[in-house]
Order: sequence, then structure tokens, then C-alpha cells
Amino acid sequence: MAEENKPDEQEDENISPWQQIIDNPFLLLFICVAMPTVFYTLWGVMEVATIPTAPY
Amino acid sequence: MAQFRQCPDTGLFFHKEAENLMKANAVAGVVCLLIAGVLALLVVLTRWPAVHLLPADAFYMVLTAHGICALIFWVIFFEMAILYFAGSTLLRSRLATPRWAWAGFVLMIVGAVMTLAAVFAGKSSVMMTSYVPMRAEPSFYLGLVIFAVGALIGCFVYLGTLVVAKNEKTYEGSVPLVTFGATVACVIAIFTIASGAEILIPTYLWSIGYISHIDPAMYRVIWWALGHSSQQINVAAHVAVWYLIAGVIFGARPMSEKVSRAAYLLYIFFLQLASAHHLMTDPGISSEWKIFNTSYAMYLAVLASMIHGLTVPGAIEVAQRKKGLTNGSFEWLRKAPWGNPVFSSMFISLVGFGFLGGISGVVMGTEQISIIIHNTIYVPGHFHATVVIGTTMAWMGLTYLLIPVLFRRKMILPQAAKLQPYIFGLGMSLVAVFHMAAGTLGVARRHWDMGFAGNPLGFEYPATAYLLMGIAGIGGVIAVAGGALFIAIAVGSLVFGEKLQKEAGLLQSFGFPLADSAYTNEKPARLPMAPAEAVEADHGEAGFEAPGTFILAMVLLVSFVIYYFINWKYLSEVWGLS
Amino acid sequence: MTSFMPPAQKNWWAVPVGRQEIVWIAIALVWCLIMFFMMPFWHMYGDQNISNEGYRVTPIKYQAKVNEMIEKYKVREVGAMKTPVVAPPDGGDIYLMARLWSWYPMLELKKDVTYRLHLTSIDWNHGFSLQPVNINLQVVPGYEFVLNITPNKAGEYTIVCNEYCGIMHHTMLGKIWVKE
Repeated sequence: MAEENKPDEQEDENISPWQQIIDNPFLLLFICVAMPTVFYTLWGVMEVATIPTAPY
Repeated sequence: MAQFRQCPDTGLFFHKEAENLMKANAVAGVVCLLIAGVLALLVVLTRWPAVHLLPADAFYMVLTAHGICALIFWVIFFEMAILYFAGSTLLRSRLATPRWAWAGFVLMIVGAVMTLAAVFAGKSSVMMTSYVPMRAEPSFYLGLVIFAVGALIGCFVYLGTLVVAKNEKTYEGSVPLVTFGATVACVIAIFTIASGAEILIPTYLWSIGYISHIDPAMYRVIWWALGHSSQQINVAAHVAVWYLIAGVIFGARPMSEKVSRAAYLLYIFFLQLASAHHLMTDPGISSEWKIFNTSYAMYLAVLASMIHGLTVPGAIEVAQRKKGLTNGSFEWLRKAPWGNPVFSSMFISLVGFGFLGGISGVVMGTEQISIIIHNTIYVPGHFHATVVIGTTMAWMGLTYLLIPVLFRRKMILPQAAKLQPYIFGLGMSLVAVFHMAAGTLGVARRHWDMGFAGNPLGFEYPATAYLLMGIAGIGGVIAVAGGALFIAIAVGSLVFGEKLQKEAGLLQSFGFPLADSAYTNEKPARLPMAPAEAVEADHGEAGFEAPGTFILAMVLLVSFVIYYFINWKYLSEVWGLS
Repeated sequence: MTSFMPPAQKNWWAVPVGRQEIVWIAIALVWCLIMFFMMPFWHMYGDQNISNEGYRVTPIKYQAKVNEMIEKYKVREVGAMKTPVVAPPDGGDIYLMARLWSWYPMLELKKDVTYRLHLTSIDWNHGFSLQPVNINLQVVPGYEFVLNITPNKAGEYTIVCNEYCGIMHHTMLGKIWVKE
């Protein structure tokens, strides 16, 4: 078993960070929630919240 | 002890609990599709000016129910079945916490019934969007929240299953591309449901008088993080179904795992920003926000869809060429199994989604072009191309695939099934195209009477608009007929189809477990990596593996460019606005 | 076979990508960038853009503005409801109000003159859909939209409501006449 595992671990080190992101569903979940929450929702809510009161 | 059975025809392994959940969710989805289809017929026959069937109050009630039933219930029930299939069956893993999955399913049923009951009681005709301060019955919002909680549980069961599969080493290497696509759909669903909770829970509290005010502009921003993203779940999931069907029917392998998965990664980063599409003509929001979000940060999610648009048919072409179909650019396509409803549904879904839904969606989502399209019937035209031709037809193709594999029944009416995708695809294409055309003439969506009966001021749309709406009405009737045929075949097969396994009785078709004799306690062998591809002679041309697909892709691009600039031309002719 | 099996290579990211995909991605990316830059380009050089000017407003304050405008610039009344028709001065402010189920008041404008159009709803969401030119704007209660509009053709125009606003939604019309 130990011998079998060894090449696996070595290969893991060569795996591109992009593949590591893609292979990690919880990281994907984080990105998928964070991106639109920041750029769409929070920024959008700020836009609406900062609309001034009519000057009259 | 997890029990499995292996499908003798396909070699797929089904975990007993997961199998029952898939069946139950798929059947619930088809029931919702049936309801949505009946309601669709009523909508169609009312908006067809020469028929104008329902009175106004019934029309708005039916339209509200149709939208919710089709756009939320049907697709999400079916998506749950897909998640369990992609997580458990494709990975040869037991499903994590099946009891939680059943609890989620029950919540989804309860929520769906509650919301539909509220709508049919007549006091919640607020459309799917339920923009405040128009008010629905509290149970309308509460039902949606309960449904969403159920779906959220399903998503976490799926993620848990990925963890189980990895820990128990049920597969080697990375997950299959189809499972990865399902993961993308799942994480998008989680964002979607969180946004839904953010807005529907306060709205529920407002409807029972606990909160005094919901800001209408704020509501629109957050509601669309739910409303648009829910359709992005569909995109991620139906692209996965395209890849699956290409793999099953043709033995196609993705042209490049890297390209397909990177395209999905772009969806994860950028796809949901497009919720902004709906707010292009809203007051007070800056153009910076609008441009950045509506374009998915420089159209990077559109790039991803254009990539899938090449690699899905490209994978089919490569597989076909390997079988010797190498004459000319399109022999591979001509000799595809057009009589197999699994393939024809999938291919119509792919082409319709790209040419009709995709192009129109990007064009109308352009900040300024939205001025000449917002809230016209162009919008339903667009999303019937994406969600019905794209998603629903992909689900139909998958259903045809699953009837023998999952339900262990032989499909009934095979000759009618051959025609069904063409009938439905044709009808729905007419609906999409002619609604879009009528929209360019200004016909309003969600509108009972394009003749404005009862208003003394008088206004008439051009006669052409009536003609276009009439043709769309005919298309709608054809589509409903095609949809009815699908349901007759699907449900009929579950009830009357020849049993492929003696245990597959009537109750078993609707989620009850097969008899124990069908299962073994033996754990399936670990899912191996795909066999490495032997280095073969290049079947393509000029270093292009799939030259025919490249030509098709260029046709798409040219149509896209022309249509895009035609709309800028239309825009440049309207009143100056600044 | 591989779309539903794990990739053939453990390290699949390192497998080189074919020429066809690279060419297509490059073409598609260029197109995406063109579409992206069309929007700021049109803000600089195009004549049809949505203004970013908006305010929070209450129905009472807004109605006062509408009535003030009608008092000053009313030219006639039309219909059984005696709906006022307002001809605002060149370059002046127009206060248009959406309510269940009408657009109030009606307007008489001049061709090629720019006006400041104020737009809000005093009850629910409405949709400003100007026909037959097909200009469509969302009208959100509590928020005042301010846009500069320049009619470019004389004629009779109708404002249709294209955001669902209840049972009589289909009767909600308004009028704008544009004169040479």
C-alpha cells in the first residue's frame, strides 16, 4: 500500500492550482457565492441605498 | 449497509436509496410539467388575439401559476434527480444521508402545493416576480421559502455525497465531467436559494404585517439574484446533460477536459452577475454597475457558453469521425441517429439554446438595447428558447434515456417518441421567434389584452403584431401537443411499459424501492479512469479535429454579430435619451 | 465514454489543448470584448442612454410637483375624465406620474427639443412603454427617474403600461403628442 500511495502524492504536487480549484467543490461553492454577493448584491444594494432624496 | 444494483444494459450502479429519490423527484418534476403545460395552453389561447379565451383575472392567475410551476418547480425537482444521479450513480457511491434527502423532498412538495394553492385561491396573482408593494397571500411566499429550504437540503446532500465518494475512494482521479457540471449547478443553486431566502423571508414577514415596508427597488435587486440565477442552474445542468447524452449515444469524450471544465469555472465566477439583465432600465442605479454586471464582467460567461457550444457538438463529431463518417464536413451529422429521441431532444436543445436563446439573451441584456426590449413580449420569447427549448428539451432527452435504465421499463409508443422532440421543438421555436418579433413591435408581456379594451384613448399595435401573436399562438398549441405527447409517453411507460426486470412494478415506478432481490450488499468496484486515448491518425482537417463543428460555430458567430448590430441600428432610431 | 468517467489522466489540466479550441476561444473572446466596449462607447458617442439620475421621493411631494406643472402649463383637457394636457416650455421639466391605472397628465411636446422627464409611480411598479417608438423604462414606486428626452419625429404617441399592475393593467394608457 505504502508503495502504491507514493507516486500518487508526488503527482499531486505537480497538479496545477487551477485543477486543484476545479477539483474542490467547497472552494467552488465559496467562489460561486462570494463573486455575485460582492459584485451584484452588495454593490447593487449600495447603489440603491445611496440614491439621494429629491431636492424639492 | 448500502445496497446497490447494477443495470445489466448500461453497467451503471444504482444505490437503492438514491435510486428511489431520483424516481420520486423526476416524477414530481413531470407532474409539475404537466400542470405547467395545461396552464401554458390557457395562456397561449388567451394571448392569441383571435381566441382570447380567459377573462383578465383568470389569465393573470394562470400566468402566475404557469411561471412558478414551469420555471421553478419542474426544473428544480428534475435537477434534484440529476444531482443524485451525478453524485451517486455516476460516482458509484452511496448517497450521503438519504433521510435528509427525503426530508428535503417532502419540504419541496409541501412548499409547491402551498404556493400553488395560494395562487389558485385567487388572491395571489402577483406573477412569479411578486414585485412589492403588490401583495400576495402569506402562504404564497411561505410556500416558496419551504420549497427552497427543501432544495437547499438536496444540494447539501449532493455535496455530502461528493465527500463520501472521495473518502471511500469510489472513483479514481477527478470526478467525471458530467458530475463536475452537476456540481456547478449545485453551487449556483446554493447562491440562488440564499438570495431567495434573503428576499422572500422579509417579504413573508411583511405580508403578515410584521415588517411595515419593503423597499421596491431593493426588492428588485435581490429578487433577481434569485430569479435569474435559478435559470443559470438550468444552464449549468443542461450543459452537463448534453455532455452526458453525447457520451452515452456516441461514446464521445470531451475534446479537452481542461477547456470544458475551465468554461464551467467561468460560469462559477461570472454567470450569476447577469441577474442585472432585468434592471437595465431601473432608476438611479449607475451605469458602471449595470455594465459590469450585465456583461458578466466582460462577457466571460458568454465566452464559456460559446466554448460549450463548440465542444459538445465537437465531441460528437470527433466520435463519429472515428467511426469512419469522414466524408465532407457534415457526414457525421447527417448520419447521426435522428430517430432516437434522446439524441434529437439533446441536439434541438443545443441548437435552440445557442441560436435562439443565447443570441437574443446577450443582445437584450446589453445596457442600452434593453431600452427597446425591456418588458415587451420579446422577453418571454427569449426565455422560452433558453428554458424550454434549452433546459426542458434536455430534460426530456434525459427522461427517454432513464426510462429503461432507472425505471426498468421499456418505452411505449416508440414511433410517437421519434416525432415528439420535433413537434415540441418546432412549436416552441415558433413561440420563441414570433414572440420576439412581436416584442420588437412593442407588444407588452404579462398583458391580458393587446387591444386595450375599455380604454377610450385608443391605441392599436400595427396589424403585423396581431399576425405575429397569432402565429405564436399556433406555435404554442403545437408545443403543448408535443409536451402532452412527452408526458403520455413518459408516464405511460412507467405504468404500462414492458418490465425489463421483474421487480419493477407500478409502485416502483413512483419511488418505491425495488424488491430486495434486485440488490446486493456488494460494494461496486472502484470507478476507473477513462481508458487513455490511443494516438490515432488525425481524422479532421488542417489540425482541426472537428471541422464541421467549427463551420457551425462560425455560422453562430456571424448570426450573432449581424443580429447584435441590427439591434443597435434599431436603437439609434428612437428618441434621444440621456 | 469519458464524459461520465473520470478523465483519462490524473493531471488533466496539463494535457495540451487542440488548435481548434484555441482558435475558437480567441475569436469568441475578441467578440466578447467588442460587445463589452460597445456599451461605454455608446455612452460617449450614442444618443440613447439611460441616465443615472434618480431620487427617492414620496407620492405626496411628487403629486404636488405634478399639480404645479399642470397649473402652469395646461393647454387643454381631453376625454370624459377631463385629463389635462400639458405643454411644458422648451427644455423644461416634465413630471409624469404612473398610478392605477393611468399615466397622468398627458403631454404636448415639440420635435427636436430636449426636455427633462421625471417619472415615478405612486402605488405599484409600472412599465413606461412608449409606442410606436418602443422605448421601455421601469417605473418603481418611491423612486424618481430623471431622463433627458428628445422626440425626433412628430406624431401621436401612446404610453402603454408593460409592467403587470393588477386587474385593469390592460387599460392603462397615456398620450404624448409631438408637434413639428
